[in-house]
This record gives sequence, C-alpha cells and structure tokens, in this order.
Amino acid sequence: MTYLITFAIIFLLAVIVIQIGKLTELAASIRGEEVVDRSSTNTQGIALIVFMIVFLVGCVWSTLYYKNQMLGYGPLTSASAHGFELDSLFNVTLFFTGIVFVITHVLLFWYGYKYRQTSGRKAIFFAHDTKLEMIWTVVPAVVMTYLVANGLITWNNIFPTLTEDDNYLEIEATGYQFAWDIRYPGADGKLGNKDFRLIDLASNSLGIDWSDEASVDDVVLGGTDKILLPKDSLIKVRITAKDVLHNFYLPHFRVKMDAVPGIPTSFIFTPVKTTQEFREQLRAYPEWQTPADPADPTGPKKWETFEYELACAELCGNGHYSMRRIVEVVTREEFDTWLAGQKSFYTTNIRNTSTDPYKGTKLFDYEIKARSRELKSDISSYLKDTTGTASRNIQLKHVFFETASATLSDLSRHELENLNKLLKEFPALKIELSGHTDNVGDAVSNLELSKRRAESVRTFLLQLGADPARLSYNGYGQNQPLESNDTEEGREKNRRTELRIISK
Amino acid sequence: MANVIIQEEDVLIKEQGYDDHFHEHHHGDKYQAGFIFHYIFSMDHKIIARQFLITGIIWAIIGAAMSVIFRMQLGFPEESLAWIKPFLGKWIVVDPATGIGKLAPEFYYALVTMHGTIIVFFVLTAGLSGTFSNLLIPFQLGSRDMASPFLNMLSYWFFFLAGVVMFYSLFLSTGPFSGGWVAYPPLSALPQASSGSGSGMTLWLVSLTLFVVSVLLGGINYITTILNLRTKGMTLWRMPLTIWAFFVTAILALLSFPVLASGFFMLIFDRSLGTSFFLSDIFIAGQALDRVGGSPILYQHLFWFLGHPEVYIIILPAMGLVSEVLSVHSRKPIFGYRAMVYSIMAIGFLSFIVWAHHMFMSGVNPFISNFFVVFTLIIAVPSAVKVFNWITTLYGGNIRLNTPLLFSIGFVSMFISGGLTGIFLGNSAIDIQMHDTYFVVAHFHIVMGVAAFFGMFAGIYHWYPRMYGRFMNETLGKIHFWGTIICAYAIFWPMHYIGMAGVPRRYYSFDTFEAFKHFNDLNKFITIFAIIAFFVQLLFVINFFYSIWYGRKMKTKNPWKANTLEWTAPIEPVHGNWPGNLPVVHRWPYDYNKDEREFVQQHIPLKEGEIGDH
Repeated sequence: MTYLITFAIIFLLAVIVIQIGKLTELAASIRGEEVVDRSSTNTQGIALIVFMIVFLVGCVWSTLYYKNQMLGYGPLTSASAHGFELDSLFNVTLFFTGIVFVITHVLLFWYGYKYRQTSGRKAIFFAHDTKLEMIWTVVPAVVMTYLVANGLITWNNIFPTLTEDDNYLEIEATGYQFAWDIRYPGADGKLGNKDFRLIDLASNSLGIDWSDEASVDDVVLGGTDKILLPKDSLIKVRITAKDVLHNFYLPHFRVKMDAVPGIPTSFIFTPVKTTQEFREQLRAYPEWQTPADPADPTGPKKWETFEYELACAELCGNGHYSMRRIVEVVTREEFDTWLAGQKSFYTTNIRNTSTDPYKGTKLFDYEIKARSRELKSDISSYLKDTTGTASRNIQLKHVFFETASATLSDLSRHELENLNKLLKEFPALKIELSGHTDNVGDAVSNLELSKRRAESVRTFLLQLGADPARLSYNGYGQNQPLESNDTEEGREKNRRTELRIISK
Repeated sequence: MANVIIQEEDVLIKEQGYDDHFHEHHHGDKYQAGFIFHYIFSMDHKIIARQFLITGIIWAIIGAAMSVIFRMQLGFPEESLAWIKPFLGKWIVVDPATGIGKLAPEFYYALVTMHGTIIVFFVLTAGLSGTFSNLLIPFQLGSRDMASPFLNMLSYWFFFLAGVVMFYSLFLSTGPFSGGWVAYPPLSALPQASSGSGSGMTLWLVSLTLFVVSVLLGGINYITTILNLRTKGMTLWRMPLTIWAFFVTAILALLSFPVLASGFFMLIFDRSLGTSFFLSDIFIAGQALDRVGGSPILYQHLFWFLGHPEVYIIILPAMGLVSEVLSVHSRKPIFGYRAMVYSIMAIGFLSFIVWAHHMFMSGVNPFISNFFVVFTLIIAVPSAVKVFNWITTLYGGNIRLNTPLLFSIGFVSMFISGGLTGIFLGNSAIDIQMHDTYFVVAHFHIVMGVAAFFGMFAGIYHWYPRMYGRFMNETLGKIHFWGTIICAYAIFWPMHYIGMAGVPRRYYSFDTFEAFKHFNDLNKFITIFAIIAFFVQLLFVINFFYSIWYGRKMKTKNPWKANTLEWTAPIEPVHGNWPGNLPVVHRWPYDYNKDEREFVQQHIPLKEGEIGDH
C-alpha cells in the first residue's frame, strides 16, 4: 500500500511538472514569444550572476570553515619530514589554480550576463586573435613548467635510493584480507626472507623462511598491537601483500603505496613528531578540547586520545574499510628499549617445533647463555638445598649424539664446556653421567648404546681437563623412561643424558 | 537572402546541390518498410542515434539510482534501509532485534562498481558518443548515412547485448562484480577473494567484451564516414568542431579499446584456464596458489592504456557539442577554430602517453613517474586554450540564454573546476596524499562525469528538434539546469575537503577510523543533494519522453538559425537525409554576424571576394 501511495505521489508530481511546462508554453503563445524570451533571458542572466557570487563566496567560506580539518591548514600538519614539502607544493598549486579558477569563472558568468540577447544589438564577429591566443598558450605553459619542475624535484626527493651506508630502519608491512601484519628486524637490523609457499596459518602466517638466519630475530606484530616507530629516524617500509592488492596508507605522514602480491614495494620516510607531541599540537584547538566520547563528558578529551592510524587505500574486498592499525611514534630511545624487549616470532613460536630447521643442528647464542645460567642454577639449587626438594638428577639438555651412535655432535660442546666450568666452581661436586634411550629397538643394544654415550660424555669432559675421580658414568638403556614411550614426544624426552649428583 | 526559409524544400540544394543519383536507389524503402526494420533493427543513423540515447538514459537512471542507495549508506549510516528490502532483498540485512536494515558491505561495493561501469561505459561512452556521432556525423557532413549502416546497426545491438548481460549480472545470488570499475586483479581474478568475483565478474567481462565490439564497430564507421563520405565542398577544415571531436574520439577508441580487450582476455585466461598473467605469490583462502611469475601491475598498464583515453573518449564529444552550442546561441563564430582543432588533436595524442598517472602509487618504479608527470601536465595547456576560447566565444555575443546554452556554460564551469584539480593530481608528489581519496572522486566526477553530462544535456536540448521534430520544454529545461548545477557542486565540491583530510574512497563506513569520521554532517549534506539531483534528473526524463509526443512542434527547418547542414534537411526525417540532391558546402560553419547577415549556412555560395575557410 505504501508503495502504491508513493507511486501515486510520484505520478501526480510528474503531472504537475508537465502542467507547469505547458502553462509556460501557453503563456508564451499568449504574451508573444519575443516578450517571454526577453524576460526569461534577463532572469537567466541575473541568475548566472547570483550563482557566480554565491558559488565563489561559498567556495571561500567553506574552505575557511573546514580549514582545520584539512591536512596542513590547521593542527593536522605533516607528521613526517617529506610531508611538509608535499603540503607546500599543494599550496603553490592551489595559489595558481585558485587565480585561474576565480578569473575564468567571473568572466564566464559575467559574459553570460553582459552579452545576453537584446533585440537591438548584434554580436561582433571575432573569430580569432593570434596575440591573445599566444598569451593564453604561453602563460599556462610557463606556469605548468614551474609546477612540473617543482613537483619532480619534490617527488625525486621523496623516493631516494638508499645504500648500505644510509642509516635506516627497515620494517615490513604485509596486507591481507583484512588486516596488516608488521615485521621488525631484530638486533641484526635485517629482515629475513619470506616465501608465500611457506605460509602456514597456524604457525607462520607470513611465510618467513627460517632457514635465513636474518629471520630468526625478526619480531612480528599481529593482532591489534600498536605499531611503534622511532621519531627522527629514517624508516623504510617494505610493503607486501599476501592475497590481493592493498595500500599502505598513513594519512598523517603523507605515506601511501600499494601492496602488490609478488612485487615488494617500499616507502621511505622520517616521522618528526611523537604521538605525544602531535597531541600537544592538537590541544590548542577548541574542537579537540571536547570529550572523546560524547557519552562520557568527564572522560579524556579528543586530543588526549588522538592516535596516528594506518589504513588501506586500495579496494581489496568487503572489509577494505576496516584495515585499521594504530601507529605510535616514540623517541628513538623508547623505541630501542621497546624493540629489545620484544620476543622474536621464531623464539616464541617456531624454535624446536617440527618446522624449525635448526632443531638439533644449531644453538643460538642466547640459548647457550640461557642454558648455562639454567644449568648453574639447577646445580647450585641442589647444592644449597636444605629441604630435600631439589632434584639431584639434572638433565643435560644440550647434549646430542649422532643417530644410533655414541659420537657427540658438535653442538654438545657448549653444554659440556659449561659443565666443566661448573665442576671447577664447585670443587666438592661428584657426579655420575647416565645415558638413557627410548624403547625402539633391542633392549640389550639400547643398554649398550646408553653406556657408550655416557662414556663419551665423560671422555669429552676429561679432555677438557676434568678430574676423572669426580666423574663416573653408567647406561640405563630403556629402563628409566621419564614419560610413556608410546608417543614420539615421550620417546624424544626419554632419549637423554643426565647427570646425577653423587656428593656435594 | 539567407534568412528566407523555404519550408518544404531548399531551392538552393535542389538547384545547385550535388546529385549523387540517390533517387535511383530504392533500397531504403525496401529495408525500412516494416516496423522491425524501421524501428528495431534499423540501419538508419537517425534511429540508431535515438536507440543509443534512450538506452543510455535508461542506464543513467539505473546508475544514478545505485549512487543514491550507496550515498544513503554513507550519509545516513544509522538510518534503517529496511524500506528498500523489497527491491534489494537479501542485500539489505535487517537486524531482527531492532528492525534496522543495513546495506550489506558486499552489495555496497557491488553498487559502487556497477555505478562506475555503467556510467562510464554505457552512459557516457555509448549514450553520449554513440548518440551524437550517429546523429551528427552524416547530418553535418552532408552524407546519406554512415559508411556501413549494417555495422552501425550491429554496433547498437552489441551494446544492447552488453547491457543485457550486465543487467542479468545484477540478479546473481552471489551479486554483481564488486571489485571496483577498474577491476584490478588479483581481486577480480580470484573468486576466493570476494563473492562478486565469481559469476558476477565473469558476466562483467563478457558484457564489456561485447561492449568493446560495439565501440569498435561504431568507431570504424565514424572514421570511415568522416574520411570518405563528406559532401562536395566539405573539406576537413570546414567541418564543425563536433565532427572533429567525434573523429578524434573514434580514433582514440579504435586504438585503445583493443588494448583493454587484450587485458580482459588475459584476465579471462587467468580466471578460467589457469594462466598467471596477473598472478604471483598469492596465498588466499588458506592455500598458496601455484600461480607465479605474473604481475598485477601489468593489468593496470593495459587497463589505463584504455582508461585514460577513455576519459577523453567521454569528454571530447561533449567538448564538440558545447563548442557548437556556444557558437550558435552566442551568434558568434567559435573563437580560435583552428586552435580548437589542434587542441583536440593534442589532447587526443597526449591521452595515449599519460596512462601511468593513475598508477603513481601502484608500485611502478618512481623514476618512470617523472615522464608521466611531464606529459600529464602538458595536457593542461591545450585544455586551457579550449577554456579561454569558449569564454571568448561568449565575449561580445548576443547570447540566447536558453537551456542548451546554460548547460554549455555549466560544462565550461565544470571543466574548469575539475580540470584545475587535475593539476594537483597529475603532480605525482601531491598524488601521494591525494591518490584514492575523495579528492580524486571529486576531480573526476566534476571533470568527466558532470561535465560530460552537461555537454550531453546541452546536445540533447539543442538537437532534440532534429531528433524528434519537437522542442523540449524550456521552463522545465531551465529548472533542470539550475537544479543540476547547484546539486552537482553541492555534491562534489565538499568532497575536495573530505579528500584533503585524507579520507579514502571506496569505504563502506568511516567510523572505523578516528581520522576519517569527522565528516558526518558533510556526508549527510552530500547525500541529501544527491537525492535531490536524482529527482531533478527525473524532471529531464519526464520532459524528454513527454516532448517526444506532446512537445512544441518544430515549424521551421532551422529553428536556431544555425549554419550546419543538419538544419537544411527536411523536418520530417527521410531516408538518405535529403530527398533530392545533397547540399554542397561553400564555407566553414561559423559565419555568424560576419557581415550584414546574422548567419550564413554552409551551403550558401560565397559572395564575390568572400573566403570560405577561416
């Protein structure tokens, strides 16, 4: 019914409109077309002038009205070094185009009014004028040359070619439907390689290639963590995409670049204001003094909650409008402290899992150091123990053998050198080295293997100069499993070398 | 002498015209006898022009209605859209608890995409160039018809077929294509990436491939006709600017649309045959694709190699129409005729070497952008020349302020406003910030959307008597003009500000971002004016269709006292345009108020000592 009424109203309106049209035509035939034409021409002429004035005044007024919300004119000045150049280029262009805009519009509408048809007058015959035409060809050409030169200088400054000597921080942004992941290099300052074929949503959503050692200390910020950037540091963002095109867009920093699957792009910029400094800048403006949440008038003000934002500026599907990340600029010191405190993705998620290429073949410095502290604390806690709760059995976690052999792998060196040091530190210590296996294979040969392994550990320690009287060894084969031998994880735990403190 | 108008037959043409022995052929009657061949599969350029126009108007209504719907989402995101559920069905998601209906994001993107595709291709390419090239090329050149009326007929029907396929895609359960009118892969290549990239995209590609065929058939016809079928005395330098504009437009179309077609074919291969022209290193929907080595940027090059000339394919015909209308109604020659022609050529040529200015931020080597900045900004020079020439054409005139002329003034105003913002965007450094923001939306809507529509309206109001033998209503026309220009500026001017604040285009909602959500009032303002603009256009539609049957009748052959040849043909259109001889041309078309005569038509012989060219 509503629709019926709507259609009826529309139909009626159409009829009215047609009647108005007919009426004017009827009036024209009664009053004479000449008379009507003349009065209509005058009305239209005046309308042109009125429109021109309202339009031009409206343009100026609305520009002033929205000034503070537009980049560059109010508090929202550039937050990056190159942004100021870009804003000034915008203003230079605005200056020239503004002049042309006003002059041409005034002439266009003014002529329309001034030369409107009157019965007594005749139009002039003015078909061309070489001098005039030269002027308005050459003047725009000169102005355009100036703008082009200015623009290209700015453009090429914004896209410098960085060399190894330049001191810059390279981070990586990866866009996907519909979020961003950000990767920071660790202490080595290098981002490791990645390959989309290595992507595994559960364990490696960026497809980082762990066999590239540079990737091992890379920090990945997923989820909603703030993206931290250091102030006054040259930052190169390597921009990549996983699925479709995205665009890495930092409006406050005048940074924008497509993220293209298969073709890494980059943008180089220097943030010049910390988030806090930018907030202070906003504070001076009354519109930023209002409460951030209108429902909570006593809560924080708008300027206090201001954040830099990362957005997507290339249509990438239904969630295109929601790819928001908060960016926070801090001082270089704060940034360095923050980054040093971040755990690398590899350490927290990959190390010693099935996808770790270094499992059993490589120990990292931080692991050796951590392990050495751990072993020392295990031993000393037994030595100082008065309650009888500390265990006298301590596993030598970093002692490895070649498969089915008693030959120590090279990696075991670190743990055993460390143990040797501890033996010197605690001279009263006597230990038994014991070998253990899982239940795979024949129990007798397992027993034999475990003995030989314990012996080779002892031999190695003796070579380092340990006192043979303080070291005994034994093999227990599969007889003392820590966990069930039914699972691979259990068996892995059961294959081990331990030390047992005989006397303090 | 020239002011004497002979109703039925022009004595001059009868006696001094060019006899091409047309009367000896009777094929016209044979092929135009029945209703089907007269009105449907017509090969007459006048009928085909009207077919293009009316189809264009229908598509324009659809395309505009779509923009109104997505503008409601942007301007009034809190309001319920449940009332359009009967039309849009599942695309309006009604919250069962509150009863508030929301536009689904996937359909928002489908609407944006379809709006662009429909308006750019179906309305402003086919509807504008198709209509007026067909109507005016044979008429203004003094030809019987197009060089190949049959291809001309096919050109319309391929366009029609393209329209049918696109229309059908609107009703797919997965929705029409929703990846933007530019259809960048991988989004457009992978059905996993978006629901609209499934069947919707397939039909989009089929439709536009048919459309390319239509454009090529039309274009080759326009060029051939202009080069071969000009009447006696009609040298190239005596052609009206409309024809020059259609000529360069057709050349642009012929050179650029095949490149787009090649891009489409590669995209079709990538979608269906497992090739990797545009795909590489993609992990989507939980799996890594074994498609490597392609480049998504290659598609962008191919697309914009058409895409940029395409905006001139749209605007050049409008420029031609406006040049003619301004001259006729100012009662003055167009100022700087030759400069105008050279500008059209320069713009046409430059349009082929600027395409990558759409791609400054797409990951092409920044060094390459240097060249494209230079070429792009050179276009400002011929464009400026044209603007100054139009304004000078008004200077010293005796201007009839009727609807066609008002729309022409509106066109020049829009072309200035939108053209000047192009100077910002063409400078790659500024484009870093402005790319893909509302500043771009404002720029291209004003300069090639609204401006082209204004040119088209000027053309329709001016040549309506030539098409239908009746006038459109002037009062309604003027209301239409003022309503449209006010709404157009009210809609697009504020978008500059939103863009200068950095708000990206193609956002379903601005609320996610602190930086983009400050413009609720402005967005409401824009939406309200978009709705008004839509209804103002309905005024035009009513006026158009009503006037076909009930408009004021055209009583004289040359109501505007214009010089071009279409106004020498009989009021009641005939097959072959002129019943007997063809008019012979003696002069250029802009002899207005040259001596004592207010206007001198092109077929009037020269007086002693008079020169025909300018």
